[in-house]
Amino acid sequence: MTALQASTPWRKTAAFLARFGLTGRMLVIAVPMIWLLVFFLLPFLVVLKISMAEPMIARPPYSPLFVDGSIKATIGNYAYLWEDTLYINAYWSSIKIAFFSTVLALLIGYPMSYYIARTPEPKRSLLLLLIVLPFWTSFLLRVYAWIGILKTKGVLNMLLMKMGVIDQPLIIMQTDVAVYIGIVYTYLPFMILPLYANLVKLDDALLEASADLGAGPISTFFRITIPLSLPGIIAGSMLVFIPAIGEFVIPALLGGPDTLMIGKVLWNEFFSNRDWPVASAVAIAMLVLLVIPIMLLRMAQSKGGDT
Amino acid sequence: MKRGLFLPIVSFLGFLFLYIPIVSLVIFSFNKSKLVTVWGGWSTKWYGELLNDPQILGAAWISLKIGVVSATLATVLGTIAAMVLTRFGRVRGRGLLTGMVTAPLVMPEVITGLSLLLLFVAMEATFGWPAGRGMLTIIIAHTTFCMAYVAVVVQSRLVDMDDSIEEAASDLGAKPMRVFFDITLPMIAPALISGWLLSFTLSLDDLVIASFVSGPGASTLPMVIFSKVRLGVTPEINALATLIVAVVAIGISISWFFMRKKVKT
Repeated sequence: MTALQASTPWRKTAAFLARFGLTGRMLVIAVPMIWLLVFFLLPFLVVLKISMAEPMIARPPYSPLFVDGSIKATIGNYAYLWEDTLYINAYWSSIKIAFFSTVLALLIGYPMSYYIARTPEPKRSLLLLLIVLPFWTSFLLRVYAWIGILKTKGVLNMLLMKMGVIDQPLIIMQTDVAVYIGIVYTYLPFMILPLYANLVKLDDALLEASADLGAGPISTFFRITIPLSLPGIIAGSMLVFIPAIGEFVIPALLGGPDTLMIGKVLWNEFFSNRDWPVASAVAIAMLVLLVIPIMLLRMAQSKGGDT
Repeated sequence: MKRGLFLPIVSFLGFLFLYIPIVSLVIFSFNKSKLVTVWGGWSTKWYGELLNDPQILGAAWISLKIGVVSATLATVLGTIAAMVLTRFGRVRGRGLLTGMVTAPLVMPEVITGLSLLLLFVAMEATFGWPAGRGMLTIIIAHTTFCMAYVAVVVQSRLVDMDDSIEEAASDLGAKPMRVFFDITLPMIAPALISGWLLSFTLSLDDLVIASFVSGPGASTLPMVIFSKVRLGVTPEINALATLIVAVVAIGISISWFFMRKKVKT
């Protein structure tokens, strides 16, 4: 780097740029800024634009926005989403599935996080490692593994039948139950990590004070532990809820033909029906749905950050 | 002592829930029978078939190339973004950059994929680049969402780091570039490595975004796996999963071993 700084062409370029008021500092800022503007922000404007176009048999398959100097936009695609029950049902069903998966993940994740936070080192690091470890193996393959477990002649049914718990195999694959299992399984670590980060900071003195003042363990839990860990609960819940809303792989592999989720609808609209404008309108509708959870997440994270 | 038993039992069941699918993949990858639940004895024949499947091997090679390039680009861009956000003070556009760095983390993959594809199509229609879709467009897409992860990892390291050493270097007359390469970079190197590894894993694992922005002739490994497993359980894929689990387990054990050693000394 020293050689580069001393070299004349480098200095000359810097001097040349400085003449236009461009400093090295600004160039450094510009690199990630321009990349994200072009490949993250601009695409959304394109989606918004195409969501107001009409499908056409052409390449690309949508009508242009500017025709002879005038703007030609339509809200027809949004009206179509509103009128066709498929989209409304998919919307609600996504919210329902994401919501109940989040509740389930919280019910499993909270005791686990609490347990890990109360475990002494070095066992605690090992448990945390076990939570993070599945992240590093393929998500797709881990979801796929559930097919072998849940299907009619799968591991679970064989085991339960051998143990005499059931005589008829349970039909779980290709139902919403399988989708719930898949989502809770995949996103459980996302729930546990922020909860753990919060619970590990919980001051034992507060719990002791509460007990000294005569509160029972249940009362202490609901009046001290839960309120104090609220930022962790919100952050964890949103980290499960937000990706669950747009999930495609899990309903596609584990769900059945009547499992409606908005991510799957968008995928089919795009890949099967090749209706780009409607797919874009679905994407915009999904974004609107996510605004509140994303804001909640940011609030919880900034709250969790200063403690 | 009711609480004393409740927590360990729930946690044990939770860990069981997290690991049963992985364990079942590993066991059934050695099953001789093609039927998942019929145990036909131990066999490694699916590994042989896997290694002789040109479609899977080709896709794996493409995925590895995309993963290495995207992870490297994402690490460079994400580190710069993290530096700007932590060390540049109040610069114009900081709020916008913060938003754009964190938003990809919570964006549903279907939206990221669709929006990038529509961008690439519009760009090609307007000024002819990128011509067609394939590895290049997948690399751009992966770099974009991976750099957000790198930025978060590096940012937290930069915030925790004592910046008085950097200040000392610049007080002693080192130019900003020199301070960065001689002081900051070596100190944040571990964060860069974990950011790179995380990006590489995310890129290697991505099905949805790659499916949108890919073109003919550029099928990544997850795309091939997905098209195979959609038709049901495939023992070959079990073997592949086992190999991936083995690589990850070995990698984690090595880093665990080194970290423990470091702590001890």
